[in-house]
Amino acid sequence: MTDANNRVADAPLVSIHGLTVDFHTEDGVIRAVEDLSFSIPRGGTVGLVGESGSGKSVTAMTLMRLIPQPPGQISAGTIDFDGLNLLSLSERQMRSIRGKRIGMIFQEPMTSLNPVYRIGEQVAEVVREHDHLSRRAARDRTLELLDQVGLPRPKQLIDSYPHELSGGQKQRVMIAQAMSCEPDLLIADEPTTALDVTIQKQVLELMGELQSRYGMSLLFITHDLGVIAEVANDVVVMYRSHKVEEGETRALFKQASHPYTRGLIACRPGLESNPQRLLTVDDFMTPEGQSIEVSSERLTPQVKRSQAELETSPVLLEVRDLKTYFPVTGGLFGKVIDQVRAVDGVSLTIRKGQTFGLVGESGCGKTTLGRSLLRLTEPDHGDVIFDGVNVTAANEGTLRHLRKRMQIIFQDPYSSLNPRMTVADILMEPLRQVNPKGSRSEHRDHAGDLLETVGLHTSHLGRYPHEFSGGQRQRIGIARALAVKPEFLVCDESVSALDVSVQAQILNLLLDLQHEFDLTYLFISHDLSVVNFISDYVGVMNQGQLVEYGTAEQIYKDPQQDYTRRLLAAIPKAS
Amino acid sequence: MNASAPAVSRFDHAAAASGRSLWQLAWLRLKRNRAALGAAIVLGFIVLLVTFGPILSQYSYSEPHWDSISAPPSLETGHYFGTDSIGRDLYVRTLYGGRMSLMVGLVATGVALLIGVAWGAIAGFVGGRVDNLMMRIVDILYALPFMFLVILLMVVFGRNILLIFVAIGSYIWLDMARIVRGQTLSLRQKEFVEAAEALGVRSWVIIWRHIVPNLLGIVAVYVTLTVPKVILVESFLSFLGLGVQEPNTSWGALVNNGAQDMEFAPWGLFFPAVLLAATLFCLNFLGDGLRDALDPKDR
Amino acid sequence: MLARFIVKRLLGAIPTLLILITIAFFMIRVAPGGPFDADKTLPPEVQANLDAKYNLDQPLFTQYLNYLGSVLRGDLGPSFQYSDFTVNELIAEGFPVSIQLGASALALALLFGVLIGTTAAWYQNTRLDYALMGTAMTGIAIPNFVLAPILILIFAVYFGWLPAGGWGNGELRNMVLPVIALSLPYMAYVARLTRGSMVETLRSDFVRTARAKGLPEWKIIGKHSLKVALLPVVSYLGPAAAAILTGSVVIEQIFGLPGMGRYFVQGALNRDYTLVMGVVIVIGLLIVLFNLIVDIVYALIDPRIRYE
Repeated sequence: MTDANNRVADAPLVSIHGLTVDFHTEDGVIRAVEDLSFSIPRGGTVGLVGESGSGKSVTAMTLMRLIPQPPGQISAGTIDFDGLNLLSLSERQMRSIRGKRIGMIFQEPMTSLNPVYRIGEQVAEVVREHDHLSRRAARDRTLELLDQVGLPRPKQLIDSYPHELSGGQKQRVMIAQAMSCEPDLLIADEPTTALDVTIQKQVLELMGELQSRYGMSLLFITHDLGVIAEVANDVVVMYRSHKVEEGETRALFKQASHPYTRGLIACRPGLESNPQRLLTVDDFMTPEGQSIEVSSERLTPQVKRSQAELETSPVLLEVRDLKTYFPVTGGLFGKVIDQVRAVDGVSLTIRKGQTFGLVGESGCGKTTLGRSLLRLTEPDHGDVIFDGVNVTAANEGTLRHLRKRMQIIFQDPYSSLNPRMTVADILMEPLRQVNPKGSRSEHRDHAGDLLETVGLHTSHLGRYPHEFSGGQRQRIGIARALAVKPEFLVCDESVSALDVSVQAQILNLLLDLQHEFDLTYLFISHDLSVVNFISDYVGVMNQGQLVEYGTAEQIYKDPQQDYTRRLLAAIPKAS
Repeated sequence: MNASAPAVSRFDHAAAASGRSLWQLAWLRLKRNRAALGAAIVLGFIVLLVTFGPILSQYSYSEPHWDSISAPPSLETGHYFGTDSIGRDLYVRTLYGGRMSLMVGLVATGVALLIGVAWGAIAGFVGGRVDNLMMRIVDILYALPFMFLVILLMVVFGRNILLIFVAIGSYIWLDMARIVRGQTLSLRQKEFVEAAEALGVRSWVIIWRHIVPNLLGIVAVYVTLTVPKVILVESFLSFLGLGVQEPNTSWGALVNNGAQDMEFAPWGLFFPAVLLAATLFCLNFLGDGLRDALDPKDR
Repeated sequence: MLARFIVKRLLGAIPTLLILITIAFFMIRVAPGGPFDADKTLPPEVQANLDAKYNLDQPLFTQYLNYLGSVLRGDLGPSFQYSDFTVNELIAEGFPVSIQLGASALALALLFGVLIGTTAAWYQNTRLDYALMGTAMTGIAIPNFVLAPILILIFAVYFGWLPAGGWGNGELRNMVLPVIALSLPYMAYVARLTRGSMVETLRSDFVRTARAKGLPEWKIIGKHSLKVALLPVVSYLGPAAAAILTGSVVIEQIFGLPGMGRYFVQGALNRDYTLVMGVVIVIGLLIVLFNLIVDIVYALIDPRIRYE
């Protein structure tokens, strides 16, 4: 009797054994998860880490039995949840587990709530369904939950619609919904990826607090090792549908056994150390998965250029009191009723050869500032002076000429290349701009050279954008910008949409190109670690204004503004 | 489905053959869609039939044969579809009517295409006040009971093929303008268009090289779906006796005549109605298939 | 808020109606022929008298202004053809028939269209789905003026269950065939529209959330998906209503129903200026009103839409 009790108490809440999930597509069977085994202890947190396509989300959906079948198929394995084999339950039995004993929150708070129902209704329907509460009791419970997840004024908020809430608030509602029946297990699938870093910190804290209050287990899925280090006791690393490593978090960060994990840990730029170049997974592992020794030259630390060195080079770009407002229109005939001050009086100076990092949270105006410099968005006020030429006052001819010297690399590798053009055509468009008289074969050769410069191959010229991965597309976008031989490049969140290992490759590429072509960068990003790695100078933006501005060293070691300190404090730190 | 997307994307690099354009991929998908392919084949057959079919008959479309009024279909007499109430051969008339219906469909769609694409692309590309004004005009026209005005037009100016083209084309372009404008607007914000702008590429080159090729897909789908709509409108007018003028005919006019005599000569209704319905059916199916092929995220 | 929105929209409809009246007025006036051509040999002085009586002797633009004035007062003028009636009286007679026909057809199309579309989406990519959608496509491909005679042939002539035409006093048995013939193509269209948007909605993130909450399928379909999936259907209702009003012109003709459509075609052929104008104005007004209702319903379903 006691024996049995002990066994139950010690047994993990969830144990997955030999799980294999396949998807049947037009191009054949794709194995999304293969022979996966791990367990989640009672009250513990397991982090499931991997890059996009590694199979981590499929695992979570399989746990909830929410894989659409077909095309999905659970080909092998068992999932034991507190003595129940989830894979053998009927759909009806499974329904009484979902939401009741296993709660789940998702990456996109914007789209994960139903836009046409009130918040309160959506939270309440869970307890009404599972705990059979009356309408009134469910509403009281909802108010209590909204209060618990730290939403302000629950009494008013309960009757609002999702679009009236901010992203962080919506994610709190999602959490309230998942917590409403006090589940034994909470599955969080990239719950903070879409949120700003300060909001992420609050949400993570909230989840930790709720977990200890209710003693539930947590399966935390993310691509971000920094976040994992903050929340999880144990980590499972997935790579190409397989588990490659498993262990206690702290130990794993100190001494990972699998080369992929070592690469993954090494390729994240940190706030503490600044290597010359970022290590990538390729430094640890051959494409076939063979472990290799990291060459020692890869590990030489980065030497930040001295302040004196940075300040002697000539000024390349000067921005004076730049303002860009967006009109808010309304009424029958689109009258302007208000304006959004996206950029509200920014002044800064960038010298030749520098990398100026611009950080800030979403909506702070950093992207608009970058676009205003190139007049992709027309600024309303102020001057942009590029190498002595006033960009804001330039006429069309001058501007076209200037644009060969100032280029931009975009965020989204999917929409930044015209899907109907081959890579050759994409690269030859700028080449023709510079040299209209050149022959086609001349341009084509040049385009091939450009591809080689960014680490792709000449044989890729005949392909279309959809045939490349995100990182490769980003390389093509960089090659296009380089084609006109620019001196100044705006990198607008250029690595934000990429997996960390790919991100490291692109950052290295940008550094190499800077040395090779003597480029000056304005590097815009929400990611403070990335900005720290690549920048000489850093500006912090908030609500359209540059609140702080200095060398990377000054900003990160000795921030002067509260806002900057808050941002820095919110960055998850790998232990 | 969301859950499968990442798993698939892992393999798409390895699976993709080199240098296959989106058009080629769409064509492959279309070929795999049996319903659309079948519709295209039937449609091709109907087009061949109405083009060359009349050669196979000894009769003309306009000459009455008073000795065989409302004769049933027969292989011996050569009236394969029978004759109408004044003894004209319905086989030839039905095919002639088909030519007329298809031609009206194509020409009026062409008119709609020209006006609609130009209007929508300009509004979407220029944006701002111009866009506001142009779309306001479309809105106002949209709210008019256009079919009534077209009927009025036909009554007033008599039945005239040219007028039918203009009348139908001039109201069906509104949809086209709206769709093209919406698409242009979203393309305009795509980063590859901004990249071209940042490279200093001239506006008309951007339109030609970056906007137009990306509009073609949706326009192709829309054209395929507009043709049956126009054919329907024309037959509606002809049914009211306002369409093409005798002895010319169209499927709508034939259906109208056939319906009047359907109790004792049902073949007069049957053949044109079946051909009309089959054509509309196939065009709609083809349009659907085209949409699926060009926009695979729907599947 | 709502009241202001309605007033604003009604004001916005004034240019539309004005353009409509202007186009229709001048179009029918520049046409050759006149209202009294049928009685060929009218003595000139009688013609002149008639013209004077109906103000046809004044300059066209003056007549236009006069007409606008009387329309504003709600007076659509006397009919030329039915000389004992005003246009208001004729429309008052035909309007209820057309509206009853149109409204029933629209309601039928909406009800069954949504039902069929939802079912097909639920059984997505099964044989049932293909069968339903194939039938719907056939429904779209067969114009209602082809369908109507076929229905008459089967149910009235062959089986003799229902009358082949006539309105009676608007009894159900008189209405069945015309309403079905009028509504089937739109029912098919609504079914396809519903299926498409339902399939898309069923793939959305919030439906995944609803599943993760352990809600039963009927709630996921009937509550979470349907309300969102109906939005495109609601937007289609405006054009659909206009199309049904148009379609009822032929249906009224085929079944010999005393609605407004009959007046319109006859009136146009006889150059009964005022009657034609009257019908056009009433139809235009109906469409404007209906679009307004659709917009309000849309905003009721979708809280993201604000009345401006």
